Amino acid sequence: MKIRAIALNTFKEATRNKIYYLLIFFGIFFVLSSKLVTLLIIGDKVKVLKDLGLASINFFSVLIAIFTGIDLVYKEIERKTIYNILSKPISRSCFIIGKFFGLALTLFVALISMVVMFFLFMLLFSGELDVKILVYFILLYFELLIITSISLLFSSISTPILSSVFTISLYLIGHVIWTFNEFKDKIINPIIKVISYILYYTLPNLEKFNIKNSIVMNVDIDIGMILGSICYAIFYITALLTLTILIFNKREFQ
Amino acid sequence: MKAIEIKGLEKTFTSNFLLKKYKILKDINISIEKGEIYGFLGPNGAGKTTTIKCMLGLISFDSGESLIYGKDSKSIEGRKKIGFLPEHPYFYDYLTAKELLFFSGMLFSIPQKKVMNKTKYLLELVGLAGKEDLKLKKFSKGMIQRLGFAQTLINDPEIIILDEPFSGLDPIGRKELRDLIISLKKSGKTIFFSSHILQDMEMIVDTVGIILEGKTIKQGKLSDLISHSVQYYEVVFKGVDESLLKSNNIGFELKDNNCITKSKDFEKVNHIIEFIIMNHGKIISVTPFKMTLEDIFLKEING
Repeated sequence: MKIRAIALNTFKEATRNKIYYLLIFFGIFFVLSSKLVTLLIIGDKVKVLKDLGLASINFFSVLIAIFTGIDLVYKEIERKTIYNILSKPISRSCFIIGKFFGLALTLFVALISMVVMFFLFMLLFSGELDVKILVYFILLYFELLIITSISLLFSSISTPILSSVFTISLYLIGHVIWTFNEFKDKIINPIIKVISYILYYTLPNLEKFNIKNSIVMNVDIDIGMILGSICYAIFYITALLTLTILIFNKREFQ
Repeated sequence: MKAIEIKGLEKTFTSNFLLKKYKILKDINISIEKGEIYGFLGPNGAGKTTTIKCMLGLISFDSGESLIYGKDSKSIEGRKKIGFLPEHPYFYDYLTAKELLFFSGMLFSIPQKKVMNKTKYLLELVGLAGKEDLKLKKFSKGMIQRLGFAQTLINDPEIIILDEPFSGLDPIGRKELRDLIISLKKSGKTIFFSSHILQDMEMIVDTVGIILEGKTIKQGKLSDLISHSVQYYEVVFKGVDESLLKSNNIGFELKDNNCITKSKDFEKVNHIIEFIIMNHGKIISVTPFKMTLEDIFLKEING
């Protein structure tokens, strides 16, 4: 009940924030505006439309994940609303888990809104629905949850500006870290090699959740790979939340 | 069993940059009986808020004990019994008054139906009936303070902890708050509040604890502290010949055709009264001038 209370309050806070609606609006706007782009293109218009729609939903949902997460805990401390919560019989771990689920719900609603618009648009334009795209959105959602956990961790220890810098950096690294796979084996210096291995396995590998090419190119999706990515996300989120709770338990609210 | 018992509380803060240590609490001792109103007094920076934060687990402490009915006050079990109002309370301004109380009730795992009923009752109690659906961003400072008090009572707490509850209130608000605190005491609650507004404190507290530079320097029943501290007695009279008073070594001054004499010695005062009556004088008043809480506070602070 307590986690639910924190989660629902977090959801209320995020959804009563104007920036949330602005981002959803822009997400939908970009999906719709891709129709204009297709008018300028000769060839497979459905493919281009899908590509643009998925990219814009991805971009705006990641923005929502980062910008609603980075200041949630920081704001509670800065505005001293946290005194009112933590003086009640609620553990700090409940507070962090509640915040996470609140953000997860916020992202779910935002993503669903954009996805529904996207499907309606695709249905009107091409007259068919590619259900396979749902898999793309499911994986995107898990990626968003990892980003949220990262922003929650940074929000618990630093200011919103630093949190956004760190979270965006990790998001970008997360999409190129896979290129490090072969490189790390070629390193000769043992110390750098160990560091490379640690970084490779601890930094988030967000490309695991990117199946856009398979969707757009209409290639079959490997279910094993999908389940593996979801397990990876659950493990990674659990680890991040545990770390956040450990740090948050030590915090003093002066 | 004591409602609140704090023994030898110590707390050191470390600065972020130079890692310099500052001992804020050196030896805090507080003992509060069930059903008491306890005034926690100290100048700014003495460690009042830090003590309260230590009690609630918002900050850790180096050593000592903080107990609520014999249990660790920081524990979940301990905090279930507490209602806390921070100084200058801040709440989520995107919520309505009803939503805030509902949220607070959920944090105590109170069933929804019970919270609904309680919400209505509490908003009426603090004079915010009809403001249920108003967003907190539209609330004035006084209204926020009232709402803060309402959310403090949502769990029907045995112990109510208020950090500087009178600051920022106008005289009417202060009077209402005093009345509310007294009515809570009557319903069996234990109230612990910090303040530097001595006038309000003197009117309602049973026990006072004074702290200075992180140490408890005085603690006791207000009635004991004050009754042991009569500074002098003043006798106002008339109708006795001045030369007679002088010849009997009774010092006096004249004011509005009355004679005024002062003495610290209660026996001497009795003798003076007998002397006035024997000489057919008229006693107008006999007033013991006691120390006020402010006098006691200043005396303790200035050593």
